[in-house]
Amino acid sequence: MTELEDFRAAARTWLENKCPTGMRSPLQTEADLCWGGRHFRFQSPDQETWLRNMAAKGWTAPDWPREYGGGGLDQAHLKVLQEEMQHIGARPPLYSFGLSMIGPALLKYGSEKLKQQHLPPIVRGEIRWAQGYSEPNAGSDLASLQARLEGRGDHYVLNGSKIWTSYGDLGDWMFCLVRSDSEGAKHAGISLVLFDMTTPGVSTRPIRLISGKSPFTETFFDHARVEKDQVVGELNSGWTVAKYLLTHEREMIGGAGLRPTGEEPLGRIAARVLGLESGQLANPMLRGDIARLEIDSEALGLTMQRARDEVKAGASLGATSSVFKYLGTEINMRRQELLMAIHGLQSVDWSGPDSEDGRLPRAWLRSRGNSIEGGTSEIQLNIIAKHILGLPG
Amino acid sequence: MTLALNQEQTMLQQSARDLLSRRAPVKHLRALRDGGANMGYSREMWAEMSTMGWPAMTIPEKFGGLDFGYTGLGLVLQETGRSLTPCPLLSSAMMAAAALSYGGTDEQKSALLPGIASGETVATLAFDEHAQHRPAQVAAVAERTSDGFCLNGQKRFVLDGAMADQLIVSARTDQQTSDGKMPRGGEISLFLVPAFTAGLGITPCQALDTHVLAHVSLQNVRLPFTALLGAEGGGLAILEHALDAGRIGQCAELLGLALEAFERSIAYLKERKQFGVPIGSFQALQHRAASLFGELELCKSLVLNALQRLDSNDREIAATASMTKVKLVETASKVTAEAIQWHGGIGMTDEFDIGFFYKRARILETLLGDRYFHLDRFARQHGY
Repeated sequence: MTELEDFRAAARTWLENKCPTGMRSPLQTEADLCWGGRHFRFQSPDQETWLRNMAAKGWTAPDWPREYGGGGLDQAHLKVLQEEMQHIGARPPLYSFGLSMIGPALLKYGSEKLKQQHLPPIVRGEIRWAQGYSEPNAGSDLASLQARLEGRGDHYVLNGSKIWTSYGDLGDWMFCLVRSDSEGAKHAGISLVLFDMTTPGVSTRPIRLISGKSPFTETFFDHARVEKDQVVGELNSGWTVAKYLLTHEREMIGGAGLRPTGEEPLGRIAARVLGLESGQLANPMLRGDIARLEIDSEALGLTMQRARDEVKAGASLGATSSVFKYLGTEINMRRQELLMAIHGLQSVDWSGPDSEDGRLPRAWLRSRGNSIEGGTSEIQLNIIAKHILGLPG
Repeated sequence: MTLALNQEQTMLQQSARDLLSRRAPVKHLRALRDGGANMGYSREMWAEMSTMGWPAMTIPEKFGGLDFGYTGLGLVLQETGRSLTPCPLLSSAMMAAAALSYGGTDEQKSALLPGIASGETVATLAFDEHAQHRPAQVAAVAERTSDGFCLNGQKRFVLDGAMADQLIVSARTDQQTSDGKMPRGGEISLFLVPAFTAGLGITPCQALDTHVLAHVSLQNVRLPFTALLGAEGGGLAILEHALDAGRIGQCAELLGLALEAFERSIAYLKERKQFGVPIGSFQALQHRAASLFGELELCKSLVLNALQRLDSNDREIAATASMTKVKLVETASKVTAEAIQWHGGIGMTDEFDIGFFYKRARILETLLGDRYFHLDRFARQHGY
């Protein structure tokens, strides 16, 4: 047996023993995700056990270096682990912005101190991170942000506000883009800083969306203290880090275009709900749209795989993440529209006994934000046009 | 499976691009069309392509091939798509060879595959009988005789049919049990019919971009028992396999021509000035271009995936072929239509090449099933 096959066998046995049965079914809603953090309430003992087991092995962050608590796996081993987890239908043990966003940025740009301080708690799911990017007057034009960072001897103070902070009220720490220099080009005076959300002067207010839910907050800073050693990378070089972070965020958001793990294919849902007539979906117009959606969704999955394979062979992701963000979110929005159509009147049921708390209409409404958050579809198209196609500004 | 090319494959693609851009660019197609007596492709160019080993790509070594796989042939087809070079790679090397490899006896393979591999023999499948692609609906009949079969019927729009040395013809072999219904599947057989067999009539039909199709009539065409390809009544499975290989090959061609049309158009957006600026600086065009770029990325992955699945004998190749064809056709037709629009008036002229890409995309869509055929087939394959 090759070393990789040994690893596969060992991983399979380990997962078989360590993944509780309750964690081997598809996620039903976002509420089933394990976010971790100081205030996280586990949905079940199984969820907690699963997190602890995986974190102890470093497999919540399987490809991070071992010295920071990660699993130290290379791409080939990571793929094997993912396949073995998929094999038993294991849920992700932890889902967090620490893992997907600030962690990779710290690995690339952070000081040794920041890595030692922040990465292990992310791996263990102890600290939940919030992202502070957009401001009321800095949306698509993110670089015009105004939250002001000023030096006060041995520390900084932060004033201003952020908007669209995902789960800001549940976050323990924030990674935040701030203006540290108002002279010169706007991109050149931005820094990425880290602070505890319990710092005096930091407060949040939920934003209620058209879905009726409040997954975002506004976040306010009133003379909030930021330590000098909590700047990621150099002072005033935050835009570079932010762009790198956005690359990850966009690729991740693009994943929305894939069929959620464990969820039935749309065609099968439609066949179940609407029935077949001589082997074909009873609604022929809808049938064509569903087929197109399934094709695009599968093509997106293959393209993400191809991009990973090309990155392995030495290519860089860069602006390609804008392609995934654009395609993935547009595909998910189409998918939500089709789910509504498939379910007919049931799809407008907001709070009835069969509505699962309005799961369908709320997901449909929420999906409108997909092509806005993380840079609008139009911003992604601008990036592709300029940075990939080289079209003139 | 890794969705990336290996070094050998990259080199093959590059050498194909070099040869074709040098020897058979779009003006080669134009010269064929304007030269009169057009039979669809140039024999000289085909001989040159054959010396590169391209028709031998998918054929096993023991039958004179290179055993380099469908992925390799697909990469070459992508390049003939870029240069719009007409040649029988799709009809002969991709589809006829696939039918023979899949359904033929060792004797049949030994008799035909070496010729196909060397390019000396051009073979093609004759299956459509109407304007709509319906390979399972066959009216041509093959009656058993004392020493073989006797075929009657007609085939329409046969790819490269006018230049082919060897036809592979579908016909019904169930006439004795027929109750008047159109048979679907089990009663269809395939026959190897040399082009100069008595009773075979071949009428060329030039397609809208210079490619030549052919209408084939069969009048008491008498064949020996050894002309049967595969089992009697077992022709549809072989045909579908060859058609799926052909559809995936078409997708490689569509990818190449769409990429070429897109790249030419992006270059034009950068150079063409109106209102004192390059028209590519207008956001209305930038967003359309960027959106098409995304669609083309999806197409690249689909084509590579489909070729690799052909190479690994994937049993669910039908769904893969239909999925790939739908997306490639929709994208290539969108890209080539936009290419004309972005070029403006000059894009409508015959003198300018860009319209050739639009025409070729349409032919490739129509042959072997259009987007609606394959959307339906894809949904069926997935049980809805």
